Amino acid sequence: MNSPLLQVTDLAKHYPVAGGRTLRAVNGVSFTLRAGEVLGVVGESGSGKTTLGRVVLRLTPPSAGEIVFRGQDVTHLSRRALRKVRRHMQLVFQDPYASLNPRMSVEQILAIPLQVHEPSLGRADRRSRIEEMLRTVGLFAEAADRYPHEFSGGQRQRIGIARALICRPELLVADEPVSALDVSVQAQVVNLLLDLRERLGLSILFIAHDIAVVGMISDRIAVMYLGRVVEIADTLSLFNRPRHPYTEALFSAVPDLGGRRDRILLQGDVPSPVSPPSGCPFRTRCRYAEPDCAVEVPSLVERSPGHLAACHRPELVLASPLSDVAPLPRLR
Amino acid sequence: MTDVLMVEDLAVRFRGESGVVDAVEGVSFRLREGETLAIVGESSSGKSVTALALMRLLGGPPNCVVRGRATFMRQDGEALALLSLPETRMASVRGRDVGMIFQEPMTSLNPVHRIGAQIVEGLLAHERLSPRAAEKRAVALLDHVGIPEPALRARAFPHQLSGGMRQRAMIAMALACRPRVLIADEPTTALDVTIQAQILELIRALQHETGMSVIFITHNLGVVAEVADRVLVMYAGQVVEDAPVDVLLHRPQMPYSAGLIGSVPRLDDVRRRGGRLAAIPGNVPDPNTRPAGCTFHPRCAHARPDPCETARPALEYVSDGHTVRCARWREITV
Repeated sequence: MNSPLLQVTDLAKHYPVAGGRTLRAVNGVSFTLRAGEVLGVVGESGSGKTTLGRVVLRLTPPSAGEIVFRGQDVTHLSRRALRKVRRHMQLVFQDPYASLNPRMSVEQILAIPLQVHEPSLGRADRRSRIEEMLRTVGLFAEAADRYPHEFSGGQRQRIGIARALICRPELLVADEPVSALDVSVQAQVVNLLLDLRERLGLSILFIAHDIAVVGMISDRIAVMYLGRVVEIADTLSLFNRPRHPYTEALFSAVPDLGGRRDRILLQGDVPSPVSPPSGCPFRTRCRYAEPDCAVEVPSLVERSPGHLAACHRPELVLASPLSDVAPLPRLR
Repeated sequence: MTDVLMVEDLAVRFRGESGVVDAVEGVSFRLREGETLAIVGESSSGKSVTALALMRLLGGPPNCVVRGRATFMRQDGEALALLSLPETRMASVRGRDVGMIFQEPMTSLNPVHRIGAQIVEGLLAHERLSPRAAEKRAVALLDHVGIPEPALRARAFPHQLSGGMRQRAMIAMALACRPRVLIADEPTTALDVTIQAQILELIRALQHETGMSVIFITHNLGVVAEVADRVLVMYAGQVVEDAPVDVLLHRPQMPYSAGLIGSVPRLDDVRRRGGRLAAIPGNVPDPNTRPAGCTFHPRCAHARPDPCETARPALEYVSDGHTVRCARWREITV
């Protein structure tokens, strides 16, 4: 087994807020990402998944913990030293409208990372790299001379992906890359990421709130709640045998083409990370919670090989979406 | 069941610097009492413009011309011709007879007014109520849509609520005057899946309770399967398929409908590791330069030069309550 591309240990990001209190956006997260692997991070707004991505890329410094990338501890690297590392880790943003500068042509947008990381590249070589990259993400080479407003949302997201990949990074952090897109276009972009991962051997940290989309693309999935990983497992293992009630509820929330069915409706919103519930952070919305759940924070325990969950009630047998999703019956 | 809203040959034409755009062409449908009609399509299919035109929220000529007929049946049996009603009467239809909720509650709520005050304003405009009674009703409405501590939240500003709570407040506001029809334009698209499930459940429960009809506009057929009785699929400004929800999901005749169904990620997709979603290739055509013939033909796997590239197909009868706009629907299996 090769050493992991990315190893994150006990990572935390705390923000001071008014009244001398602390917002624990990321609260002791550990995981590894192997080369060529896609790790999905799923959770609702306020789960800390976006902050996790930003801390991993060192876009914001961690409060505690350790980030080892390509065998190098990057936790405390200076800005200067980070620049060298950044070439190998890139980000795709959620909003394809806000993340591209409307005054720059696509060529100018894609040229910036090349100018920073490969300054020796000549003008003609740069242009051909840009055209090649545009074709790789399913656009035409001539797109280089156009401006963002001339493209649809899905095409803009392809440009965002091209910008992230043009310096051939090993790690791509994709933060809700398809949430702002129509379902039809979402499918195109998910398929593109799957193609790119196969062709380029890319490792991806795929962050999203829709567990069906995350399941399509990920080899392994980490489920986050209030800054903590509450379950992490191989995708099939997670889908076959979810071991955290929050994961079960996320499955239940996915709209199903088979039509209406009984759901586990999560009540209310994610509690404020400034004043999380005592004990298990999920207990206030958990249908299986017992008084004891309020006492201690459950730790992540390996429940079967590679499948970890943080729940005080390991005896629970939770519903798998694979056993109750009936295939769409053909009427004809 | 009685019809609440009858729309015939609705057309919307915008005139701008870049020329003329036919955003909606020849849309007809009936909305029955208590029914949920989903209007489905991608961005720029004309689904939102259809709803805005019916509510007369598009502005007027010369920049925007709306044609066709839309008849709304009021509770008392009076038939209102929505597209020719004087504006003063139309203002009383909006908010009282027809409620609307939109995708981003933050942009539909006034950021400088308290939630409760915004509901009270609507109540006072449409109903004979004392301000005190209206305030009480506003708090009761917030309670009804599942907002905890409603009296406290009534005094909150929109930015102090989460996205899901804001959408609940929007629904409380839209339903304040017990409308016969609720138009919901992508009401869950900006929300987490978990909160989406809550909002869909809420709309269903309220509909069950009040018997109102719902026009639900969305790009996601997964959501349609959860809420709709009937589905109108729109593409490039036209209805391309109209069917009861079960028929549309199981026996779609239009390749575009089938593509939308295939695009929905399903939980059991994980069984096909490394598999791909059945995406619809390409993009929705620019409304200025729609292709000749069937507007969907450049993206359609079943397209043939003749007839798909030459003649604009008509909406054809498939079975009772099911029509499709595809010249080849009899020959192909989608």
